[in-house]
This record gives sequence, C-alpha cells and structure tokens, in this order.
Amino acid sequence: MSLLPNVIFAIILFSGLGFFVRNVSKLKRNIYLGKEVDTSGNTKLRWSNMVKIALGQGKMIRRPIAGILHIVVYVGFVIINIEVLEIVIDGLFGTHRIFSVIGPFYGVLIGTFEMLAALVFISVIVFWFRRNIVNVQRFMKSEMKGWPKLDGNLILYFEIVLMALFITMNATDVEFQSSNSGNIISQFFAPMFEGTNVTLIERIAWWMHIVGILIFLNYLYYSKHLHILLAFPNTYYGSVNPKGQLDNLEAVTKEVKLMMDPDANPYAAVDEDAVAPDKFGASDVQDLNRIQLLNAYTCTECGRCTSECPANQTGKKLSPRKIMMDTRDRLVEVGNNIDANNGEFKLDGKQLLGDYITNEELWACTSCNACVEACPISIDPLSIILEMRRYLVMEQSAAPMELNNMMSNIENNGAPWPYNQMDRLNWKNN
Amino acid sequence: MSEVLKVPTMAEFSATDKQPEVLFWVGCAGSFDDRARKITKAFVRLLNKAEVDFAVLGTEESCTGDPAKRAGNEFLFQMQAVTNIEVLNSYDVKKIVTACPHCFNTLKNEYPTLGGDYEVMHHTQFLKSLFDEGRLTIEGGKFKGKRITFHDPCYLGRANDVYEAPRDLIKKLDAEFVEMKNCRKKGLCCGAGGAQMFKDAEKGDKEINIERTEQAMAVKPEIIAAGCPFCNTMMTDGVKNKAEGQIEVMDVAELIANANDL
Repeated sequence: MSLLPNVIFAIILFSGLGFFVRNVSKLKRNIYLGKEVDTSGNTKLRWSNMVKIALGQGKMIRRPIAGILHIVVYVGFVIINIEVLEIVIDGLFGTHRIFSVIGPFYGVLIGTFEMLAALVFISVIVFWFRRNIVNVQRFMKSEMKGWPKLDGNLILYFEIVLMALFITMNATDVEFQSSNSGNIISQFFAPMFEGTNVTLIERIAWWMHIVGILIFLNYLYYSKHLHILLAFPNTYYGSVNPKGQLDNLEAVTKEVKLMMDPDANPYAAVDEDAVAPDKFGASDVQDLNRIQLLNAYTCTECGRCTSECPANQTGKKLSPRKIMMDTRDRLVEVGNNIDANNGEFKLDGKQLLGDYITNEELWACTSCNACVEACPISIDPLSIILEMRRYLVMEQSAAPMELNNMMSNIENNGAPWPYNQMDRLNWKNN
Repeated sequence: MSEVLKVPTMAEFSATDKQPEVLFWVGCAGSFDDRARKITKAFVRLLNKAEVDFAVLGTEESCTGDPAKRAGNEFLFQMQAVTNIEVLNSYDVKKIVTACPHCFNTLKNEYPTLGGDYEVMHHTQFLKSLFDEGRLTIEGGKFKGKRITFHDPCYLGRANDVYEAPRDLIKKLDAEFVEMKNCRKKGLCCGAGGAQMFKDAEKGDKEINIERTEQAMAVKPEIIAAGCPFCNTMMTDGVKNKAEGQIEVMDVAELIANANDL
C-alpha cells in the first residue's frame, strides 16, 4: 500500500497546526504589548466564573433565541470534534474509522454526531437569516459594515460547508451505510449518491472536511471567531470585584500620599531609582493592560453591549462594541508594524485615541455598566473608556468645559457645585 | 415650619468621647441640591423616629471624588479620598450610611485600598435593617393601592448588586408595586452617571432621561420611586417633560417617611 496519502496528510496536518501555533504566539506577543496586571488571588472564584460563564454559557440564555441556538452550535462544535480525532488517526496511519473497533457504541457515537451536525446546520441557517434577512438591530449598526459583516457570514458559511461535508462523508461510506448503525441522518442522503462513484466522493468529502477544519482553525486569528478559544481565559481573568469599583491608579496614589505627608521634605534629593510614570491613562493600545487587550481579541462583535448602552440607544456615537473593535484593529496594526520592522515598533503617527476612538464617543459614556453586564464573556469596555478619559484629563487637560467647572468646584469648595463647604449643614435649618 | 431635626455632628460626639452607631454621609447633592435636601431630611426624620444614634460630618464632609474619578481626574479623586479618609479615620468611623449610591459605591469600593475601610450601607439597606430589628414600623396606609414602580440606580444595582432592599421597603407600603420592563440588571441608566450630571449630553436623537421616563410611563405608575438624588433629578425632569402632574418622583426614604406622616 502506498504511503503517499499518509505523508500528504501529515504534511497538511502539521503545516495547519504549525501555522496555528505561529498565530497563537503572535496573538500572545500582541497581548503582551499591554501592561502587566496583578491577577493573583481569587483563584477559586476565577475558575468558577470560567466554568459558569464560558463552559456553561451562563449568560447566553438571557437572550433566549440567540442563546439556545448558540448552545446548540457550541455543544455540536465541541462534541463533533471527537470525530476529528478519529479522522486524524485514520489519516496518519491509513486506517479507516479506527474508533469502530469499540463495537456497537460506535454507532451511538456517530449517530449523536450526525444529530448534532443536523442541529448545528439548522441553527447556523437561522443565524444567517438573523444577520442578513431579519435585520436584527444590533447587527445593523454602523461599525458592522464591511469586513465585520463579511466575517460574520464567512464563519456561518464555513460551518455550513463543514457540516455538509461531514454528512456527505458518512452518506457515501458504503461500509458504514450497510452496517446501518449511527447513520441517523446520512441514511436519507445516501440514496442521492446512488449510481455515482461513492468511493471517490467519500474520499473527496473526507479530505475536504479535514482541510476545511484546518483552514478554519487558521482563519480564527483574523476573525472575531477567536472567542471560541479566548472566551475561556477571558472569563478567567475577568474582574472579580463589584462592577462599580474602578481601579485606583497606583502612580497617582504615590504622588498624592507624598503631597499630603506633613513630614515630607520638599528639599529632599530626588530618589535616583524613582521612575516617573510614562503616561497617565491611555492614548494607544500599549497603554492599556493585558486583560483589556485580551478583551479586544475575545470580542465576537455580538453587540449585546451596544444594544444595552443608554448612550447608543439615544443616538449618541458611543458604541461599546466599537470601542472593543477599534482596540483590536489598532492592536493588529501595531503588531503588523512590529512584524514589518524586525520586532520593533516604528512610530506611525497614529494612535487609538483620535484615529480610531473619538473624544465624542468617550464623553458620551454614563459609566452605567450596562455593557459590562450585557457581555456574555466578561469583556469590560468601560475600563478602556475610563483609561482614555484619564489620558484626556490628566495628560491633555481636554475635558469638556462644564466638567472643568465641576472639577474646579470640587477642588475649591469640596462639592461639584460652587457652594461653600461651610454651608454643608444648612439643610438642617431650612 | 418650625421643625426640629436632631442632627448631631461627629465633632460634638467626639467632644463627649462618645461614638455614634453610624455616620450618615450626606453627600453633595443631599447637602446642597434643593430636591435632594428633602430626601436628606426625610431620612433624618426616620433616623430620629427610630432613635438611631447617628452623626454627620457637617462642614468636615467633602465630595467623595466620584464625579472627578469618572471624568478621568484620578488626581483630584485621590486627593478628595485621602482627605476624607483622614477625617473619617480620625473619628474612628466604622459604619457609614448614605442616601447617594455614588457616594456609597466610592466609599465602599474605592476607599479601602487608599486606607479607608468601613462598613458602608445604602440608606435603603439601613432602613430595611431598622424594620428587621423592629425599630421602625409603618402605621397607616397612605400609599395603599398606589401604583409604584422603582428605577434602579446603576451604582446601587448593577455596580453593587443591591436590588432587594429598596423593593422590600416599597412592598411594606401596601402599595401596588409594578416592575418596569427593563429593571434590575437590565435597568436603564437615568443619564446622570459618569459625571454626565454636570455636562450637556453629546449629540444624539434623544435625552437618556426621557427614554427612561417613557419606559417608566409604560407601566402607568402614580409614583416613580428612586434611590439616588441624581436619578431623582433626571426622572423629575423627564416627568416634567412627558407627564407633568400625573406622576410623582419620590425617594424610597420619602415614601417611608410620608407613610409615617413624618
């Protein structure tokens, strides 16, 4: 027997996996452009969040139609991948349906896969209709034009084709059909292929199926579909604090403590080792932290955040989803820049603030946390908005004028309005 | 009205070497805003009636820094925080109650890492505990059968997962409590958070408070209950715009105080 198919298979498989590993290392490199975050402690809670939110899809059901369809596709995807394991073994060692040695249970297994494949197929068709015919509001926003729309559809086409190939592969497998065990769905398609060269069609479907999977795996890096992998680390690293709690900037704490310390010596020699913070807040992706950058890669652009955002609902430019998409787009741009310049970032005269996200979007946020609550995989757009506001205010003094008034009032008289602190108890009397 | 409210200050307590049961953090809105002052007074009447040994900081209180922080001015926020913490710690404060969810959130979540660790309660939680302990009761059915809905303040609800306390209090009124379609975790912001209270909204096709008022009007309430002075302002403005004279906007503390003819 010729070993050629085995060799070709091995080459395809390992180059597919190799490219994937390369993509993952690039992804990691880009995420590590962000600032380190201390995520120590709360390990149990973090694991439980990951199990409930990502593995258990805990927040998807809040929108029942999309939620249930998504769970079907998710469960189907995970379980059908057992079949991929068999394909890989068969391909490498020239066996055919190696798992069938387990006996009658093999039929149950493949039968389950076929059922799931059919359910996934139907769900994906419904998804396509929701995106393209039903015009669900959140898929129609301005940030969804062009590539994001195409990306969403391409993923659906991939899944439709892969499921169809899986069923075709089974329907044209004469031996499998004649065993009549586990061909729950494919038996209805088998007659369609009568009179054709089924052996050839079976081989074509089999090869296309595995090649398709490898292409899909490598498509992830360029697509919003990365969430199928990143949802897990993202829910693990998601905030474990109350949503209202914003971080206190440590660099500022040091300055303030020194300022307020009556024993501080204003004439003290500057500590030689002291490092001045390079920037307050964020104007570009490198100023954000690694979790925020992981958030950006994880976002699957479902738009639940944007549809819950009070600013977006009332026609303002702010869309939390766009904040995440812009962050990712800029991060990819910075990553490509580094690749093109031998591992070093060459200034390109662009940044996240201004070139991607405008001040108008940032100032429209009410910090209400509706977006954070809505995200089914623990993404926090609000933290990025706040970081950029910090840059605007503390580095650029570019707050809207009314906010400057509010802040000088707090500074001068301890209230956002120009009332004297000495009058604080006057309410008691009138 | 020659009403006498007992409002002792921490300075007075400290002069007699005594500690109050709880510090009432009034907040800037509660101190200066005409509408919010009424909420402050209603809450104090309830504290007086329940004979709670409380104190205020009075002229020693200053903005928590919440709007500055949310506007991006971390310096100003931390300066406010460190100053306030200095005052609170000098009085050895252990427990704080406030009628403002923004102060509540900041004191509870953002002060600890700066050296200010206190047990912080929203006034609806505190009132609920007074009822639970039997220190406060409701006599008379002033709101019997009235249709009341509750607007969840973002900084009480989503930000800190407090949903039940205000609802439990409203249910004690023997009123007809009705939920808006978007409530609890899905409650829509009134439009004031994140320092928006102090600036005009960005260009859009609608004001957020109008949208929220319409959501409230959809369940045809006679009263919109609120638990935040800023939400109160925003909803009152919304009602003025859409349903003047038909709907009242009241704080939960005012409802309880009114029910007791205080």
